[in-house]
Amino acid sequence: MTRPRTATAVLGAGLVFLYAPIAVLIVYSFNASRLVSVWGGWSLHWYGELFRNARMLESAALSLTVAVTAATLALTLGALAGYAMARYARFPGRALFSGMLAAPLMLPEILTGISLLLLFVAMEQAMGWPAERGFWTIVIAHATFGAAFVAVVVQARVSGLDRALEEAAADLGAAPAVVFRTVTLPLIAPALAAGWLLAFTLSLDDLVIASFVSGPGATTLPMLVYSSIRLGVSPQINALCTLIVIAASIAALAAARLMRMKAS
Amino acid sequence: MIARPRGTSWFVVALPYAWLAVFFLAPFAILAKIGISEPANARPPYLPLFDEAGFHGTLANFALLVSDRIYVSAVLDSLRIAATCTVICLLVGYPMAYAIARAGRSWRAPLLLLVMLPFWTSFVVRTYAWMGLLRPTGIVNAALGWLGVEPMQLMANDFAVHLGIVYGYLPFMVLPLYAAIERLDRTLLEAAADLGASPLRAFVSVTLPLTAPGILAGCLLVFVPAVGEFVVPDLLGGPDTLMIGKLVWNEFFQSRDWPVASALAIVLVVIVVAPVVLFQHRRARVA
Repeated sequence: MTRPRTATAVLGAGLVFLYAPIAVLIVYSFNASRLVSVWGGWSLHWYGELFRNARMLESAALSLTVAVTAATLALTLGALAGYAMARYARFPGRALFSGMLAAPLMLPEILTGISLLLLFVAMEQAMGWPAERGFWTIVIAHATFGAAFVAVVVQARVSGLDRALEEAAADLGAAPAVVFRTVTLPLIAPALAAGWLLAFTLSLDDLVIASFVSGPGATTLPMLVYSSIRLGVSPQINALCTLIVIAASIAALAAARLMRMKAS
Repeated sequence: MIARPRGTSWFVVALPYAWLAVFFLAPFAILAKIGISEPANARPPYLPLFDEAGFHGTLANFALLVSDRIYVSAVLDSLRIAATCTVICLLVGYPMAYAIARAGRSWRAPLLLLVMLPFWTSFVVRTYAWMGLLRPTGIVNAALGWLGVEPMQLMANDFAVHLGIVYGYLPFMVLPLYAAIERLDRTLLEAAADLGASPLRAFVSVTLPLTAPGILAGCLLVFVPAVGEFVVPDLLGGPDTLMIGKLVWNEFFQSRDWPVASALAIVLVVIVVAPVVLFQHRRARVA
């Protein structure tokens, strides 16, 4: 059995490959030295600088409000879509529906970004809205994208539900709405929470789509990071990136935990 | 199973359907429209397709894409880079997925999570992390210098672009491969061994064909986003690294030539539509 051993070695090397750059970034965010390549001892100096940086705080606040709003909207749309895909084997245009739900999962972001911006511009010309691009246009873009991810998670959960539980409730006289509220909803709640967290993380991380659909007044955190790193590596950006990695990892780990939760 | 939505439950389908039609499908129709519009020094920077004088559609934007070598080589380079990165991801990802699928039951979920976690952390941040490593005065060159090797140009070239894309999309490859390998009936391998097949032979004639759907899914999941990648060629590539995604961005934000940017984006749509449909078709069949 030499193959599994070789495979395990590749797995180990692959994990080092995936994590080493992030680990180095995190370590260097605690570097006291102003020069990124010189180690000047441990320090929290750059984190302090970060929290005195008004532009950064403003972008962080915008990104968080966008992410919370977009994730909530994505949850609503994605949960309905995922439920529909799992429960309704037939309805007119189902193939197109499932295609529109799956495509955002893999489509290059640049396509989503440019085509949505062109839509917003066309809408502005036709009906005067959105007069100004920024918060709401980013929210709509992220909600559309996030809904696809929510739908996948919810569809899997609803498909895996034991229908006997809902049937039992109905047999005992519960109205469909009551069955949904007291049986179905609690059973799919972990998937809903996981979907929300995934949509939140995706929104928080997105650079390309937000750059297209945003306006001059709205700079999200990834947009701020991007414009600073084009100028080069800096310890303050290392600190900011460390915080972003930690926030995204916590949300993703929580989502993974929720997705594994068994209906009890 | 209730096969169709009934009564008020129609809104379950109708609401997300309408949303996706407006904010996902319609934008591509508009993209196609701008792609055949004439550029203009106006706001927005294109002429209307119809006015009192009639229809103003033009294929000049596409003609420009075909006649200018920059665009042709960007398309070819994107295809080449995405294909190469897909193959590298497969070669690295297959053993990784195999090792996870063959690990003890309690190890599988945490290992898979460990591979997927980077996907959920900002792509820009992860690409930036490589800038810190690959810079002329970065860690890799410092380590090389310590070993007595001259500093090397590791960034702003094709090597860094390949590295960045493989790094970014490797988790996409491992996930479907893992699902396929884990589902594999191991008694088939035992049967092959009992019939005298060497482990290599059993792998080639049993494991590989049976995990082919996973291989295809992984390759599509890497190739499609990679061919339109913007962040990696922009941050890790050099001035001569041209990929469609970066060119769309430049035409859009720097030249402000929206019609040409749209035409180029349509070329990208044409490249990815077949793989996306194939992926969707496969997924629908499995489900």
